[in-house]
Amino acid sequence: MWAILWKDLLLELRTKERVSSLLVLALLIILVFVFALTPEQLHQPAFGSALLWVALVFAGMLSIQRAFILEQERNCFAGLLLCPIDPGQVFFAKFLSNVCFLAIVEAVVAPLTLALLGLPFSVSLLGLPLVLLCGIVGFSALGTLCAAIAVRTRAREIILPLMLLPLLVPLFIAAVNVTGALLAGEVWTGTWFRILIAFDVIFVVTGWLAFGFVVQE
Amino acid sequence: MTQPTQQTSWVVEARNLRKTFAWTPVLNDISCRIAPAEVVGIFGPNGAGKTTLLRLLATLLTPTAGRLTLFGFASSELTVRRKIGFLGHESYLYPDLTPEENLTFYGKAYQVPNLKDRIAQQLESVGLQDWRTMPVRYFSRGMEQRLSLARALLHAPDLFLLDEPDAGLDPRGLSTLHATLAQAKDRGKTVMLTSHDFERSRELCTRALILHRGRIAWQSDAALPSPQEFIEFYTAYTR
Repeated sequence: MWAILWKDLLLELRTKERVSSLLVLALLIILVFVFALTPEQLHQPAFGSALLWVALVFAGMLSIQRAFILEQERNCFAGLLLCPIDPGQVFFAKFLSNVCFLAIVEAVVAPLTLALLGLPFSVSLLGLPLVLLCGIVGFSALGTLCAAIAVRTRAREIILPLMLLPLLVPLFIAAVNVTGALLAGEVWTGTWFRILIAFDVIFVVTGWLAFGFVVQE
Repeated sequence: MTQPTQQTSWVVEARNLRKTFAWTPVLNDISCRIAPAEVVGIFGPNGAGKTTLLRLLATLLTPTAGRLTLFGFASSELTVRRKIGFLGHESYLYPDLTPEENLTFYGKAYQVPNLKDRIAQQLESVGLQDWRTMPVRYFSRGMEQRLSLARALLHAPDLFLLDEPDAGLDPRGLSTLHATLAQAKDRGKTVMLTSHDFERSRELCTRALILHRGRIAWQSDAALPSPQEFIEFYTAYTR
């Protein structure tokens, strides 16, 4: 598992394609909204929350697609499957590399978004990294599983969003609600946060168990 | 570690193997036994099922029906993968990584001991030690094929599965390949290779078989036929 993670990070260090394209896309989405919305709308926590998650979902989609396209070149994914590594471990390695890349993107995008929106600082904002991480974990687990299915199809660029977006709805609603509560300085550890955690657990376990069946030709 | 399903000395034991893709049969009723240290040449026209057979043996595909054991283990066991070295039509090399990095990745995945020394040895054996720090993206087809051979043999497998290994190789690459396979044969490794060139493969092979329309149409006995005889068999059995 660590060998795959090491290889993915090394490939990114060498090409710098993935993180840079994710950052540009996420920042562009946020800038478009900042210019489109009025200052009054921008100061509403619900807008800020939605904006953060829209940027994350689109950047995440690009990241996950890129992860498997790299493996398809020279059919390297088959090389990976030849190795005496349990498919569950392959899933964990791809999942962890996605979490790493999206966490880097969020570490830049989230503070910048808060600054651009001009939201006041509150103590509850300290919980934001944890909520973003929970969202990234759920997104990466489900995304890795769906991308492994989609990458073998001819219209993979279309199939992945078609499969992934409807399944992400519970995560998206929970994450937007929890983030909105955080930005408004309210209690955020209620039902929505528990749904977020449950989503993470369900799809990390599903991915780990089902990956072997998904990658089998 | 899982125990072998049966006490056996066969490296490959296939019984009535069948593989279909989208209800189209590609391999049908394949039964064969390969003993240690055999070098088996698989011949046949395009679309005969040679690549599919090797991919099945490499555990990249699962049979639709039939039974396949490798080293006495069911082919679905992870353990058998450590004993297999597969060279396919594609190199399985990451173009943005250097040969050293590619081999380090595969070496770590196979848990190869003394990895640095082993990589240096493999790169030298395929004549790529001077290109060890250049990304694979800039390699010619032949250089990539040589590196792919180094990748397939990095973990010192006991069964070599080589799908048209001579494709794209220059004379130097061909002699490297032949030297490597001759060495493997001397060390008692089992080799299965597909080829369209019987005359060249004859020097290495101890057995030959012809696949046609997904079935084993002919296989040699202990003595290999002469190239002329082989052409006659090939023509007769692939009609």
